[in-house]
Amino acid sequence: MHLGLDIALLVILLTSLGILGSSRLRNCIRLIALQGFAVGLLPVLIVDLMGSSLVIVYAVASVASRGILFPWLLLRAQHQANVSREVEPYVGYGASLMFGAAALVFSAWLSSRLPLPEPAPSNFALPIALFLGLTGLFVTISRKKAISQVLGYLLLENGVFAFGVLFVRHQPLVVEVGVLLDIFAAVFVMGVAIFHISREFDHIDADRLASLKD
Amino acid sequence: MLAAIVLLPALAGILAFVFPARWLRRALLVGAPVGHLALSAWTFHASPAPLLQGWLDLDSAGQLFLLTTSVLFVAASLQTLGYLDTERAHRNSMATAGNLLLARPPEAIFAACLLLLLSALTLVTICQHFGLLWVAVEATTLASAPLIYFHRDGRSLEATWKYLVVCSVGIALALLGNFFLAVAASGNATPALVVSDLVAADPALQPSWLKAAMIFFVVGYGTKMGLAPLHTWLPDAHSEAPAAVSAVLSGAVLNCAFLAILRTLQVCGAAGLGAFAQELMLVLGFASMGTAAVFVLRQPDYKRMLAYSSVEHMGILAIGVGIGGSGAFGALLHAINHSLAKGMLFLAAGQILAIYATKRSARIHGLLGRYPLLGWVWIGGFMAISGVPPFGVFVSELTIAKAAIDSHRPVVLVLFLLLLAVVFIGMASSVLAMAQGQDVETPERIRGRWVSLLPAMALGALALGMGLAIPPFLQTNLQQAAAMLQPAASALRSRPAADVPALGLTVTDQPVPSPIAQGGR
Repeated sequence: MHLGLDIALLVILLTSLGILGSSRLRNCIRLIALQGFAVGLLPVLIVDLMGSSLVIVYAVASVASRGILFPWLLLRAQHQANVSREVEPYVGYGASLMFGAAALVFSAWLSSRLPLPEPAPSNFALPIALFLGLTGLFVTISRKKAISQVLGYLLLENGVFAFGVLFVRHQPLVVEVGVLLDIFAAVFVMGVAIFHISREFDHIDADRLASLKD
Repeated sequence: MLAAIVLLPALAGILAFVFPARWLRRALLVGAPVGHLALSAWTFHASPAPLLQGWLDLDSAGQLFLLTTSVLFVAASLQTLGYLDTERAHRNSMATAGNLLLARPPEAIFAACLLLLLSALTLVTICQHFGLLWVAVEATTLASAPLIYFHRDGRSLEATWKYLVVCSVGIALALLGNFFLAVAASGNATPALVVSDLVAADPALQPSWLKAAMIFFVVGYGTKMGLAPLHTWLPDAHSEAPAAVSAVLSGAVLNCAFLAILRTLQVCGAAGLGAFAQELMLVLGFASMGTAAVFVLRQPDYKRMLAYSSVEHMGILAIGVGIGGSGAFGALLHAINHSLAKGMLFLAAGQILAIYATKRSARIHGLLGRYPLLGWVWIGGFMAISGVPPFGVFVSELTIAKAAIDSHRPVVLVLFLLLLAVVFIGMASSVLAMAQGQDVETPERIRGRWVSLLPAMALGALALGMGLAIPPFLQTNLQQAAAMLQPAASALRSRPAADVPALGLTVTDQPVPSPIAQGGR
């Protein structure tokens, strides 16, 4: 019934797995841009369930920010910081992909146990939203570079957004726009911070930021 | 009225950023908080009308936190004036090439962010809609991050980065909590996430989704509030930020995250999940007090010590709410007292840092001899924060301890008092060693300007006043706010133990609450 939705969810799943397995920062940013497009389009794909004409406006705003603006900010930060292209994970790419597989199984199991008040628009919706959140947290903690942490934050944020669109369809527009503005500001401020980190330390390895401790 | 109180600091912040004139920026930096204080005091005289179909509405809990925030900002902004001057002189003397990269002087960014932070905090206190509340809390993180980076060195940058990432990820989880709450409420007639609607709709909320939402809210906003084990960013950020900013972070930003948690507790309590939420708060509260106790002992850095003390006091707030009943009243009172006392201490710590240029408490001796007024403010702040009798913290800690007795929880009471005592010893050994003794290397007196200590002393006087007598308008307000957390029917249903008449455990069996014992030391 929602073929487009299933395709978008598949794209989201594949891009997250791609980010887990990719060794190049630039590739990861491209993948997050593609994922941003897919996530941003979700409201349009279930437009028959949304029941509001503002959906289009909202979808345009989220595609523009998640698919274009945030990745551009990340690319700019990477360019300014002039960092090496390697992602430098703590956990190897193979192991990261194994984590991805495990997280997918776990999300599928968890979502089979959560009773939904309304039927989901797609059977894959809940598992993939949860999977995206888990992947985001994993990327945030398992990569050395400051940019990768922002990448993880965006993944997590995409997951939360996907959950919101698919299961909570009556959020007022003011709140959604506020959320989007906040995330934009967060990515922007983080980008500026990355620039300062690279200038101050000549690297953006978050694991070497360790002068403050007890 | 409500719009004015949010927009006043925001507009002032934008003006301070746009116009380059230094006198204007300074005037705005002090004028806006003073105007804000006047407005928030006025709300006690005439309660403002709700806006946006009740999404923005000042209730009694919000009013308390609004007033505290205002008071703290006035003190902090006054302190900032002197600080900016010395910082400017310092910066000019070492004029590095790096600073030229910035189009605006850091001072403009600082003033703008401080005022925008005030605006965001105000929005948190008046939000009744969970979605908007999330937006406001995240905005406080973003507005305060550049403030922490004001020194522009490696250490403050590291602190800023940790603060940004940890808090943003934490608050993203709270957004998921928002959506879970919306799923739980999807059977409701009015699907908007307004606190009062959700409280009124108690049976319609789905308990399993509500529980999940509660956990995500506590993890998300708890990160912002600095509850252990989610506090990792706090000691770094609070110790690296300029003193006035640390005072605001500890006194106002943490409180506002606490208010966000209170809102979720309100909904949980009404839905009959009060007991579950309270247990959660108790566990996190003791984790925080325990963590703080471990790290305050033998803490070499006095600003970090103050930061861990904030973790401890956030733990006390959580425990107060976790006990419930008069404990909730105690927690709200404690939030105010802690803000005043901690603001005073951080401002004093800033002065000490400016004089000695070190954060290591072991290098500082004989403060009382070299600069008696600062020495006394430092000791006074310590007494205020650790609950020595005439100060307000004593009253609120006593209220929480008494609530533990009344609800027959001896383990809670003993642990609470024990941890208070440990933190007291840890702070005392450091603070008193700094104040007393003799500085052998440089024994001469410091001629400081007493004016620069006025904000700290004013906060200290308020902390003292809160201990001597709580003003009647605050008293009624506190009671109303505490009552909001105790929806009559469901609270009794979930906690039958409170109704059982005293059996074996009578009040006299309990040890004397330690604040008194502490005072005797």
